[in-house]
Amino acid sequence: MLTFIARRIIAGVFLLFVISALSYVLLSLPGADVGRSLLGQSASAEAVAAKNQQLGLDRPVIVQYGDWLLHALRGDFGSSWFTSENVLTSISNRLPVTISVMAGVTIVTAVLSFLLGIWAAVRGGWIDRAVQIVSVVGYALPGFLITLILVIVFAVQLRWFPAIGYIDASVSLSGWLSTITLPIIALSIPAIAGVVQQVRGSVKDVLNRDYVRTLRARGLGPNRILFRHVMRNASAPALTVLGMQFVGLLGGAVIVEQIFGLPGIGSMTVSYTTRGDIPIIMGLIMFTVVGVILINLLIDVVIGWLNPKARIAS
Amino acid sequence: MFSRLLYGAQNTLGGAVIALAVALVIGIPTGLLAGYYGSWFDSVSSWVVNLVMALPAMVVLLASRAILGNTVWVLMIVMGVLVAPSFFRLVRGIVVTVRNELYVDAARVSGLRDWRIIGRHILIVVRGPIIVQISLVAGVAIGLQAGLEFLGIGSGSTPTWGAALNEAFQNIQRAPVLMVWPGVALGVTSAALVLFGSSVRDILEEGAGEPPRAVALPAEAPRDADSAPRGTLLSVRDLAVAYARDGGGEKEVVHGVSLDIDTGRILGLVGESGSGKSQTAFSVLGILPQGGRVSRGSITVGGTEIVGLPEKRHRGLRGRTIAYIPQEPMSNLDPSFTIGSQLVEPMRVTLGLGAAEARTKAIELLRMVEIADPERTFRSYPHQISGGMAQRVLIAGAMSCDPELVIADEPTTALDVTVQAEVLNLLRRLQSERGMGVLLVTHNLGVVADICDTVAVMEHGRIVETGTVAQVLTAPSHPYTQRLLASVLDESDVRPPWRDPSTEVTPA
Repeated sequence: MLTFIARRIIAGVFLLFVISALSYVLLSLPGADVGRSLLGQSASAEAVAAKNQQLGLDRPVIVQYGDWLLHALRGDFGSSWFTSENVLTSISNRLPVTISVMAGVTIVTAVLSFLLGIWAAVRGGWIDRAVQIVSVVGYALPGFLITLILVIVFAVQLRWFPAIGYIDASVSLSGWLSTITLPIIALSIPAIAGVVQQVRGSVKDVLNRDYVRTLRARGLGPNRILFRHVMRNASAPALTVLGMQFVGLLGGAVIVEQIFGLPGIGSMTVSYTTRGDIPIIMGLIMFTVVGVILINLLIDVVIGWLNPKARIAS
Repeated sequence: MFSRLLYGAQNTLGGAVIALAVALVIGIPTGLLAGYYGSWFDSVSSWVVNLVMALPAMVVLLASRAILGNTVWVLMIVMGVLVAPSFFRLVRGIVVTVRNELYVDAARVSGLRDWRIIGRHILIVVRGPIIVQISLVAGVAIGLQAGLEFLGIGSGSTPTWGAALNEAFQNIQRAPVLMVWPGVALGVTSAALVLFGSSVRDILEEGAGEPPRAVALPAEAPRDADSAPRGTLLSVRDLAVAYARDGGGEKEVVHGVSLDIDTGRILGLVGESGSGKSQTAFSVLGILPQGGRVSRGSITVGGTEIVGLPEKRHRGLRGRTIAYIPQEPMSNLDPSFTIGSQLVEPMRVTLGLGAAEARTKAIELLRMVEIADPERTFRSYPHQISGGMAQRVLIAGAMSCDPELVIADEPTTALDVTVQAEVLNLLRRLQSERGMGVLLVTHNLGVVADICDTVAVMEHGRIVETGTVAQVLTAPSHPYTQRLLASVLDESDVRPPWRDPSTEVTPA
C-alpha cells in the first residue's frame, strides 16, 4: 500500500511537471505584447520594451519557464503582471470559498447518490424508473442552466437565499450557509445524476453475483448482505466515477461562482485568464491539477482498502 | 426573439459539431490503434489521455481563449481535443476485448490484413457504442459551449443561446422571462441528445434479455401432502416452480416434483442443464432468483413445512438446518473479505457465537476439510487460494452450523479431475461422520454411482425415474435415463487423451 501511494505521488509530480511545462510554453506562444497591453496604446515603444524587460519577457520561453519553475519549487509563484498581487496570497485568500463549496458538493453527492442508487437497485419498479429519469435529465441539462433555474426560483422569486455574494463562516455561520447552499445544490445535481447511475448499476450487478446467493443460503439477513457485502463490492466503481465527476466539478465551479458572485478560485479564473496573466494562470492550473491528483489518489487508496484485489494488482 | 434563437441555434449547434468532429478524428483512430496493436503506442496514448482528463476543461478553455483569441471556432477545436479522450477510452476498451475474440483470430489466421480486420470486424462492433457516445458528448459540448458564451467568453458579437442567456441574466431582476426561451431551447436540445443516447444504449444493453420482474404473489397453500414417513429428513411433494413473465403471467419450469431423503442418506438429483435440478434445490433453500417462486406443492424439512413459511423463519433454517454447497467455488466467495471473516460471520449471526469462539471454530473447520495451513487460509483473500481450496472453504462454511441437510449443487463440476475425487471423498467422509442427509445435484452419473444411495432423474422439470443407485444405473427403465447412461459410456470411450482447457465447456 505504501509503495503504491509513493508511486502514485511520484507519477503525480511528474504529471504536474509536464502540465506546467506544456501550459507555460502554450501560454507564451502567441507572443502577445504584454508590455503594450499593460501600459496602453499611448505608451512609447521604449517604455513598453522596458516593461517587457522588467517582467523578463525579452528572454527565450525556455528560460522564462526555467525561472518560473525554480521559483515555484521554492513556493514562490510570483505576482500578477497586471495587479502585482502575490499569486500565492490571492489564491489562498480565495481557496476557502471554493473548498467549502467543493467539500459540500462531494458530501451531498456521495450520500445522495449512494442512497438513491441502492434504493433504485434494490426496489426496482417505479422507484428505479423515477431515479433513472431524474438522473438522465439532471445529466442532460447544462449545469449553468440548472443554476440559473435555482437562482430564479429560490433567490429571485421565493427569496429564500441571497442571489449573490458570500459571507465568510467566521463572520456569520448562518450567513455562510445561506450563501453556499444554492451553489452546492447547483453543482450537486449534475454530479449526483452521473454517480447515481453507476451506483445503481454496480449494486444491481453485485446483487446477481453467486456469492450473494451463498450468503443468503448461510442464513444472513438481507440488510446485512446489502450493507456489508454488496455495498463494499459495489462502491469501487462508484467511487471511480465520483472522482471523474470531481474534475468536471472544477469546471462547473467556474460558472457557479460567477453566477453567485462567490469570491473563489473559479471566478478568479474567469477574470484573470481573459487577460493572459501568465503567473496567475500558472498558479491556478497548478492548484487545480494538484487538487485533481490528490482527490484521485484518495479515491484509489479507498478503493484499495475496500478491494483486496486492487491492492495487490497495483 | 424567435429569429435570434434560430440564428443562435446555427452558431451553438455548429460549434458543437466542430468540437465533435475534432474529437472523433482524434479519438477513434488513436483508440483503434492503441487497442489493436497495444505496446508502446498504447502506453503513451493512455498516459496522454489520463493527462488530458486530469485537466479541468473549463480552465483550459478559459486559458486558451486568452492565448488563441476570441473566436468560437478555435475554442470549439480545443474543446474537441478535450473531449477526444472519452472516445479514445471507449474505442480502446472495446477493441481490446474484441481483438482476442475467436473470430478475429480466425480472420487473422486466414491471412486478412490488419486494416481489413479493423475495417470489417472491429469497426462494426465499435459502431453502436460510438453513436451513443456521440449523442452524449454532443449534449455535453452544447452545454459547455453555452456555458462559455454565458460567461461572455465566446465571440461577443455572434448571437448564441449562451450569450442570450447571459444578456437575460444581466436583467434578471427586471425581466426574468427573457431567460425562458433560450433556456428552454438549450435544455431541450441537450436533453434530447442525452436521452437519445441513453435510450439507444439501453436498447443495446437489454438485447441480452431483460431478467424477469419480481411478482409478490403468495404461494398457494400446500395441498394435502402425503404425510412424510418417519425418518424422512426432506420430503418434497408435487413441487412446482414458476417465474414471472415480462408481459405478465408465469412460466412454470418445474412441474410437480416429489422426492424424499432419509436422515444420513445421499440422493443424487440427475439431469441435463435446464432440467430443473437447481430450481428444485433452490426452492428447498428458499433462495430462488428474483421473479421465481414455489407456485404449488409442499417441502418439509425435519417435519417443518417450508412453503409459505415467513421469510424470517425460513432464514433461521438456512445455514442451521439446511446448508448449501455451490457449484463455482471462486464466484461464491465474496472477493472483498478474508476467508476467515466469511466463515466467522454466519456463525456469529446464526449461532450467536463470540468473536474468539467463532474464530477457533472456523480454524477447526478448515482443518476438518483437510486444508494444510488453516491459519494462513483464514487470513487469505479468495483470489489468493486455488479453486479446490475454495471449494473446501465453502464446504467448511456449509458445515459451520451443523446442518442436518446439505444441498450440494454440482459441487465438483468446476474442479480439476484429481481435485474432484478428493472433494467427493471429503463430502462422503463428512456425511457419514455427521449423519447428514445430502441432496446432491449433478449431471454426472459417475459421481452418482460413486457416493449416492438413491437417485432421481429429471427431464424438462419432471422426475422421470427414481430408485436406488443399483436399480437405476444397472436397469434403467426410462429412455431418458438410458440415454444419459449411454452418453456417459460413450464419453469415456471416445474422449481423446488431451483436450484444450480453453475450449472445454463446463456444463451448468
